[in-house]
Amino acid sequence: MKELLLIIVPLVGAAAAALWPDNRTRPWLLPVVGGIHVVLAFWLLIAPPEVAPGAWVAFDPLARAVLPAVSLLFLVCAVYGVSYLQVRSERSNRVFVPALLALLGLLSAGHQARHLGLLWIATEGVTLAAVPLLHFNGTPRAFEATWKYLLVGGTGIALSLLGSFCLGYASLHGGGQGDLTFTALTAQGAKLSRPWLLTAWVLLLVGYGTKMGLAPMHTWKPDAYGEAPGIVGAVLAGGVTTVAFTAILRVFGVVSAAGEGFIADRTLLAIGLFSMLVAALMLLGTRDFKRMLAYSSVEHMGILCIGAALGGAGLWAALFHVWANGLTKGALFMSAGNIRRAAGGRTMDEVAGMSVLTPRSVAIFVTGMFAVTALPPFGPFFSELRVLRAAFETGHGGAAAMFLACLLLAFFGLTRLVFAIVDGRPRTASRAGGQKIPETMGVILPPLALLGLSLWLGLATPTVLHDAWTAVVTQFSSAK
Amino acid sequence: MNDSMNLLIGLAMGLNLLALGSSRLPTLISAVSMQGMALGVMPLVMEEHPDWRVVLIAVATVAGKGLVIPTLLRRAMRAAHIDREVEPFIGFVSSLLLGAGGTVAAVALARLLPLLPEHSGSLLVPGSLASVLTGFVLLIGRTKAISQVCGYLILENGIYLFGLLLLHSTPLLVEAGILLDVTVGVFIIGIIVDRIQRAFDSLDTRKLTALRE
Repeated sequence: MKELLLIIVPLVGAAAAALWPDNRTRPWLLPVVGGIHVVLAFWLLIAPPEVAPGAWVAFDPLARAVLPAVSLLFLVCAVYGVSYLQVRSERSNRVFVPALLALLGLLSAGHQARHLGLLWIATEGVTLAAVPLLHFNGTPRAFEATWKYLLVGGTGIALSLLGSFCLGYASLHGGGQGDLTFTALTAQGAKLSRPWLLTAWVLLLVGYGTKMGLAPMHTWKPDAYGEAPGIVGAVLAGGVTTVAFTAILRVFGVVSAAGEGFIADRTLLAIGLFSMLVAALMLLGTRDFKRMLAYSSVEHMGILCIGAALGGAGLWAALFHVWANGLTKGALFMSAGNIRRAAGGRTMDEVAGMSVLTPRSVAIFVTGMFAVTALPPFGPFFSELRVLRAAFETGHGGAAAMFLACLLLAFFGLTRLVFAIVDGRPRTASRAGGQKIPETMGVILPPLALLGLSLWLGLATPTVLHDAWTAVVTQFSSAK
Repeated sequence: MNDSMNLLIGLAMGLNLLALGSSRLPTLISAVSMQGMALGVMPLVMEEHPDWRVVLIAVATVAGKGLVIPTLLRRAMRAAHIDREVEPFIGFVSSLLLGAGGTVAAVALARLLPLLPEHSGSLLVPGSLASVLTGFVLLIGRTKAISQVCGYLILENGIYLFGLLLLHSTPLLVEAGILLDVTVGVFIIGIIVDRIQRAFDSLDTRKLTALRE
């Protein structure tokens, strides 16, 4: 029942927000719903329920391993959102707040979906719910970003539906009775028709990979993250991409169980390394610090794929990285949003000397940047180290070398841009803006809390999380 | 049964080529609308004794793909006062050649994929792949937002054709959810088209170039 509440509570909250008359108090629904969601998600994390094999929606090991991270990130974003929407009180949030809450409900449904069709419906819903969030700012640039997001994301989602049909037909051709739950598909194993299975794998990887932002399907990401408010970027980078990653993992499980694990491993590894390379090269060139975060996200999605491709310890590390990356990236998006509002610009040509104007946000931004480029003792350092170790242990020395090279290039790219906007003398245009928008506790404490969580995750990863991630690895290795 | 079905699929594939070759938006929208209606009739032709679920799917598809969405597109076209030329990136002749080549390739590709005995001899798989390819050509090769939406619709029609193979086995919930999502998706695209219009005073996506490296 609690697993259904994870979906129902945010959707009811969204309906309530849509009917709520007052623009000033409506944002408070965000932390209220987010708080209930976190309590439910962590309750289920600590006391996982029994999963009925044929269930369409269940808090299974995979949902348990990642959904609490999304929930936690959402709560912090919701708290930040209250202050953010007060600053932006000139714009109505009558659409923004319900869409954000609906997004949470659909994300919960997507993470817990154990049925191929249901998973697709939830992902499609997530895609659509994000549309009003992206054009909240209402500028022509925001419209352009939304249009590109819809066109690229819509095509991706269409291809994943075609892939789902192919997988369904693979099951039907192999004597299946039309039961499209992942349990049934995995149980069918080698009986699935091979040509249809491989077609399905390619289409689903491209389709859900578009949602996740893997190169070369990442083109919507820089535009969307660059133009959307900071919290939307954080929820997209930490939540929407995660639901696509779990979708790929579920299909990956089916393909492995059918005895085609080798091909699936290879394609995931290749697309992961390619994403890291593209992201690292783009990071060296970009001059916009919000688009920078998008490329950094592409890079980390690549890391997730590489971890999953390595299997066993690598998959464990990838699940760890979902937590570490999501929480750290959230801190970066929020502090970048603070800096962006005060600076009035977003490229290194327009912005400089922000350490004078917004010292606290800059401190969080710089620390977050080091955390996300794997500075110990933050979470991403430990998760990336484990991916690297898994690569060496499984004899993927070449992949490990390329992984390290990309991390190094990304580090150069990030530091170049971050210090260009932080150091130096403030531009006159930014100086006026900095005084107009003070750094209140409401916009400083949430990113600080996320940095703290990232640190805690690195220094003392709780045993319950260890267990949750191990349960997924056991499930995957037993299905092979 | 199979013959009349293949006739309808052949009609849909012909409409693909019409969509690729048409230089005027109203023709393009009509092609999409007719294709939607042909697709909507298919479940009734396919099933010998259609039950209420199949009838519901057929009615919803004819209404959605054949009537509601084309009407919305025509309304958007009028409201935005756009001129009715299509303005291609990829010329009409090259589009047609791409479409024809794609259709041949789709037939060849479909031979590689094994079919169940009851589906053998059906054009569903080649028809589906050809429509998906046509959709891609229109998405990439046209500049106006409305023609891109039409391309997206043809892409979706191709996917729907494929879904007909699974009509027997997938529960209604999945089917209904898919139809709903598709409709809502295009609705929102329509709103966006409207907004882009107001922001840029045109529906030319070539002007959407502020965001780049």
